[in-house]
Amino acid sequence: MKSPGLRAYAIGYLIFLYAPIVLLPIFAFNDSRIIAFPLSSFTTNWFADMWADRQLWQALRNSMIISSSTAVIATVLGVFGARASTRYSFPGKGGLVGLIMLPLVLPEMIVAMSLLVVLLAISVPLSIFTVILGHVLITTPFAVAILSSAFQSLDKSLEEAAYDLGEGPVSTFRLIILPLVAPGIISSLLICFTISLDEFIIAYFLAGADTVLSSYIYGQFRFPAKVPAMMALGTILVLVSVTLLSIAEFFRRRGIAKTGGKDTGGFL
Amino acid sequence: MSDKPTMPRQTMIEFRDVHKYYGDYHALRGINGTIRAGEFFSLLGPSGCGKTTLLRTIAGFEGIDKGAVLIDAKDMAKVPANNRPTNMVFQSYAIFPHMSVGENVGFGLRRDPRSKADKAKAVEEALEMVGLKGYGARAAHALSGGQRQRVALARALILKPKVLLLDEPLSALDKKMREHMQVELIKLQRQVGITFVLVTHDQEEALVMSDRIAVMFEGEIAQLADPETLYRRPNSKKVADFIGTMNFIPAVVISETGGQIEVDAKGLGRAILEMDQCPAGQGDAPMVGLRPETLTLMYPGQTTTERTVDGVIDEVIYFGDMTYYDVYLGGTDVEVRLSMRNTPGRPILDVGTKVDVAWSPSALVLFR
Repeated sequence: MKSPGLRAYAIGYLIFLYAPIVLLPIFAFNDSRIIAFPLSSFTTNWFADMWADRQLWQALRNSMIISSSTAVIATVLGVFGARASTRYSFPGKGGLVGLIMLPLVLPEMIVAMSLLVVLLAISVPLSIFTVILGHVLITTPFAVAILSSAFQSLDKSLEEAAYDLGEGPVSTFRLIILPLVAPGIISSLLICFTISLDEFIIAYFLAGADTVLSSYIYGQFRFPAKVPAMMALGTILVLVSVTLLSIAEFFRRRGIAKTGGKDTGGFL
Repeated sequence: MSDKPTMPRQTMIEFRDVHKYYGDYHALRGINGTIRAGEFFSLLGPSGCGKTTLLRTIAGFEGIDKGAVLIDAKDMAKVPANNRPTNMVFQSYAIFPHMSVGENVGFGLRRDPRSKADKAKAVEEALEMVGLKGYGARAAHALSGGQRQRVALARALILKPKVLLLDEPLSALDKKMREHMQVELIKLQRQVGITFVLVTHDQEEALVMSDRIAVMFEGEIAQLADPETLYRRPNSKKVADFIGTMNFIPAVVISETGGQIEVDAKGLGRAILEMDQCPAGQGDAPMVGLRPETLTLMYPGQTTTERTVDGVIDEVIYFGDMTYYDVYLGGTDVEVRLSMRNTPGRPILDVGTKVDVAWSPSALVLFR
């Protein structure tokens, strides 16, 4: 970074990216309903408000169910998809993999609308279950992409060696493949969980009477009195995200160290 | 190896008209042959000749489309890889990176009913056998190439297989290490007495290590013989060309009577060959083959009982222990390469020197 202009740009960019996140905890502890400087005195009331919000707990519970189910289902599908696409060749493989990856570039709006039309047409009641369906659809490509790279780096002769030494396909998968792709599985679970938790459009379209966290927070911003409590919630979500990412990174690095691989960069 | 004790050798592996297709590609085209119990057997050939495929049909990693593979007189058609009495050392060694050296070596004992202490003892013995005593607790990924290969060997041998399969196990090592491991493998094979089947594209390696060698080209075994026969009496021009250096000289068959064939080789003259010097014809233009070391450069004042032909040195290639000379024979355009050991008092001759070259008809092989 030789040029001072570039340096200023880089710093400005980072401020623009992260300053709003820093504002979350600042206003979460600020004793005023109005989100503006100058700050008033310190308070933890907004956390208490948030804690007492029954609807919030319900939305959080729904979101947790949706996100964890989505993460697990998408990752399991991803394991199958990645395994098939990296190990076997069959007619129409290219097209099939392309179709699996398509939701990655498809506007979510279109996915949400078309799913809504189909679900209404076959009269499936909208609920967190239908949100899970939509989220699995959009997160599976991420799972396949992450896991494909994990499976790709797996030497085929490791499986053959296990076979050769007397193991069957199931125990080979459990003893050799699974431990070696475990970092990929953790990454996939985590990223699918995060995408699902963040997702707004599909959750809003397909949740029916159930509320999820993202649409609940959006709804609360219509009431100025509720905004500081949302700041408190945001603060907690930031903490949880950083913790989860750190844990994932810890496992990823440990996995690399264990297998003696070369660190090619991770989340952090 | 000729210094091995001779023992009655039964058949360990038998190939009966083995065919293998990959789509339209005919990878194995009717393989027949036997590998004897306790021998060091090599499958030698250029890449793509089907040698690795053939090895994998023994291991059970590749099915076959026609014919049969028998191990210890048992048809392996319905026996999956994990139930065959074979173990393999992979080209990449396939060391499980998330396990210790000991866990790798003991992996095959998982289904063994022996006690934990007995298994640990077996692992330690296997490590000792390959010269890695006390390495059990080390992380497998921290080993060097040569050590990884030893772990792969110990892991495969701990199950005491009837056949050990080695898929180009030395190709990833540097030259010094490779030569060292060649000798170690020969010693190990004698020690354990297990049938070894080695795949290699390195003809020198095959000659050094094997009791018998199958030379493969394009999915077929071109010749199956002991190293000396392969080298001295290759059965085709292709085999002769693949193994070592061979001078090919155009020749004409003069007469074929009884057990002898008289040929006229350009630059050398007429010679009478025995039948064992004349493998079955392949429909090629007749040529005689001569190894470089069967030709001798005559220094002034030297005499020989062999036949001689005059020549002119066209090229001198100095190798330290040896010197290769390319020589035009008898005023013709036939050029042969000959090798001379650089013993003390024997000068290196210059390009353009007129020399006599001694040769013997019994060293010739006729290809036609």
